[in-house]
Amino acid sequence: MSEDVTDLLPGALDGVVVVELASDAAAFAGKLLGDLGADVILVEPPGGHRSRTYAPFAGDVVDPERSLWFWHYNTSKRSVVLDIDDPAGADRFRRLVAGADVVLEAEPPGRLAALGVDHPELRAEHPRLVWTSQTPFGRDNPRSAEQATDLTVLAGGGPVWSCGYDDHTIPPVRGGGNQGYQTGSLFAVMGTLTSLLVRDVTGEGQHVDVSMHAAANVTTEAASYEWLVARATVQRQTARHAAPHPTGNTDATCADGRQVNTGVPPRSAAEFEGLLGWLDDLGGRERFDDHVLLQLGVERGGVQIHEIFADAEAMAIFGAGREAVQFIATEVSAYDFFVRAQTLGLACGIIYSPEEVFADPHFADRGFPTPVEQPQLGRTVTYPGAPFHLPRSPWRIHRPAPLLGEHQGEVLGE
Amino acid sequence: MAGTALSHLRICDFTGQLAGAGATKYLAAMGAQVIRIEDPVRQGRWDILRGMPPYKDDRRGVNLSGAFNNHNVEKLGCTINLRTEEGRDLVRRLIAISDAVTENFAAGVLARMGFPYEEMVRIRPAIIYVSNSGFGATGPYRTFKTWGPIVQAVSGLTFSSGLAGRGPAGWGYSYMDHHGGNIMAIAVLAALLHRNRTGEGQWVDMGCTEGGAWLNGPAMLDFTVNDRPLRRPGSPDSNRSDLPAMAPHGIYPAAGEDRWVAIACRDDADWAALAKVVGEPWAADARFGALDGRLAAQDELDVLVSGWTAGRDRADVAASLQAAAVPASIVALPEDRIDHDPGTEAWGLWPTVEHSEMGEVRVDGLPMHLSATDWEIHRGGPCLGEHNDVVFGEILGLTEAEIDGLREAGAI
Repeated sequence: MSEDVTDLLPGALDGVVVVELASDAAAFAGKLLGDLGADVILVEPPGGHRSRTYAPFAGDVVDPERSLWFWHYNTSKRSVVLDIDDPAGADRFRRLVAGADVVLEAEPPGRLAALGVDHPELRAEHPRLVWTSQTPFGRDNPRSAEQATDLTVLAGGGPVWSCGYDDHTIPPVRGGGNQGYQTGSLFAVMGTLTSLLVRDVTGEGQHVDVSMHAAANVTTEAASYEWLVARATVQRQTARHAAPHPTGNTDATCADGRQVNTGVPPRSAAEFEGLLGWLDDLGGRERFDDHVLLQLGVERGGVQIHEIFADAEAMAIFGAGREAVQFIATEVSAYDFFVRAQTLGLACGIIYSPEEVFADPHFADRGFPTPVEQPQLGRTVTYPGAPFHLPRSPWRIHRPAPLLGEHQGEVLGE
Repeated sequence: MAGTALSHLRICDFTGQLAGAGATKYLAAMGAQVIRIEDPVRQGRWDILRGMPPYKDDRRGVNLSGAFNNHNVEKLGCTINLRTEEGRDLVRRLIAISDAVTENFAAGVLARMGFPYEEMVRIRPAIIYVSNSGFGATGPYRTFKTWGPIVQAVSGLTFSSGLAGRGPAGWGYSYMDHHGGNIMAIAVLAALLHRNRTGEGQWVDMGCTEGGAWLNGPAMLDFTVNDRPLRRPGSPDSNRSDLPAMAPHGIYPAAGEDRWVAIACRDDADWAALAKVVGEPWAADARFGALDGRLAAQDELDVLVSGWTAGRDRADVAASLQAAAVPASIVALPEDRIDHDPGTEAWGLWPTVEHSEMGEVRVDGLPMHLSATDWEIHRGGPCLGEHNDVVFGEILGLTEAEIDGLREAGAI
């Protein structure tokens, strides 16, 4: 299929109409539905949603049409302004919902019910409606009334406990990038799409109640199941997995000062052979004291994981492999290390900062950097692209984030 | 009995680890019939979690991993040796009655085993095939191998987690294995909706690193629009909040060893409420009344707030701030949030499954409830080949003698 044809194909959610009440937490879910082809109508309060005031701004010019947060999280949406706190506005919201397949919202539990525009009130007239709520603790939970932000969701939900440094006098760390909100949003999309599939069979919609606290809780890998299964508590370590018992470090600083994750140490004969060849190319075999052990690793056909703890020679070879990787890293650039180690079959990775991904040849080859015509700047801006390639119903940024109320006329006929 | 939402769907599942198995766990809990296929020759050890800790008791073995169990509840497990023609024929028969084929091998592996997409389409024209590898099926790195931390490193997520001047803290677990699975599940669901509308299947090519890079949008735009990279002096400092700007915003020490409390002041009203709870002279400093002043004095503010929290019980700090409607939370240990949290308990977040060898074990549930067709998790992850008779007998309709023959031929 040629790229030109692909550009014309509708997305997987073509024909699905989503009414989204603007929020911080669920904006990412709305973006994903829109980028998948749904017609997402963003409902903003008079004056615009608060997230239009979030820094940074394009050119650092404070302007509700220049928030980069808002730009990113609201691609492929149309904007209307409605004051749902006002009875006339609430009526217009009801009419909007009458034409929708999905409502997406992150309002404090109880607020919409008080306004008479919650799912129970609207479902009687619209049995096909799927209504997705993405709130900190769910709609009907003992903790539903608590205040929360991305930070407190990740702190209370588990991820923070597992992240940070070996030195535990330093606070544990919240990973950057609004991951608590985004984690909730991914599950909100999963629940919404599942409910649309159910509707294809039964003809009926339903309520999808997403808890960001629960979402963080089940996104902590071993921290949860070590406790659930063995009542063990993982402890955080610098830039590697938290674990019940300390493990060896996996990061290294390369000759250019950039860092890599060295991954699982080499174990196969081919890997030891590859490391020796690499040392030779660097003129470094003699400078690496344990090169003899690498040779031994080749001769005995590698080492098995289960041998390492039972056989002193295997353990020495395994240790030498780990040391060789660290030694080589200090002799080459991070990028060269990443590519050659991977070519040898070692699962290693360069530690990019997010924006460096755009300059990487692989991501460029895959079409990840996505140009979007940005009317505020009169030029094209590069956005992060598709999380997967759906060739017959492509993911696409259909339009830049809307101006406030940009689609008032075409959506509401006003 | 699992959920009913997707009980009309069948998945021919080659996934493993968490990045793949997590996707089909979701589908299975929602009621899809997920038939997980493993290699009898290697005892399913391609999935390194088979046989790995944690264990419930002193027993060890490929069927006793708490990690494997957690990610494979509600699936049927069968063994098929794809090196044999009989084994490949079984897979053909399963594809012929499945809605989707899922896998997270390195790119190209399933094709080399005899099942490129074209072959799947020949067997079942509307088949949906979702492949999930570290770098996807095309591009210069398509053969590169990854696990969670490597995906996180290359996608920017390791770098974006850390404190100023200390280098990356990264993620203390395979965050992108979770989201690899979640994004993969979204891919399956979106492709199913497309198929329902058009009758068409497709091959969804997913590269997990792209899924990771996609999770740092605002920071990436700050670079492409403002030429301001996240890699700059003093950055990142991810316990603080500059996207959007808030202060104070951080993780502060509390009474006890390695005990912490998180506090976020979203705006001036939150600050005023916090200042009232603190009730100390420094909190009344007029410089801190507006956001700009607090941002300018963040270092000083963090010292002052730490001075107030240190020595206080973390739960008391969080409760007193919540009572004033200021976002605050303890940094929860696993025990806190699993055994002593009314929020997760009321949610039913840790269902107990019945595992054929481990007995009763608690696992991660799902963080959404569907009002009409909710998820259910009761059955433990399959032991190696546990459902061979169900899959080959009840589902494919083979006789006992035929199944015995396959076993003798080394095909299952």
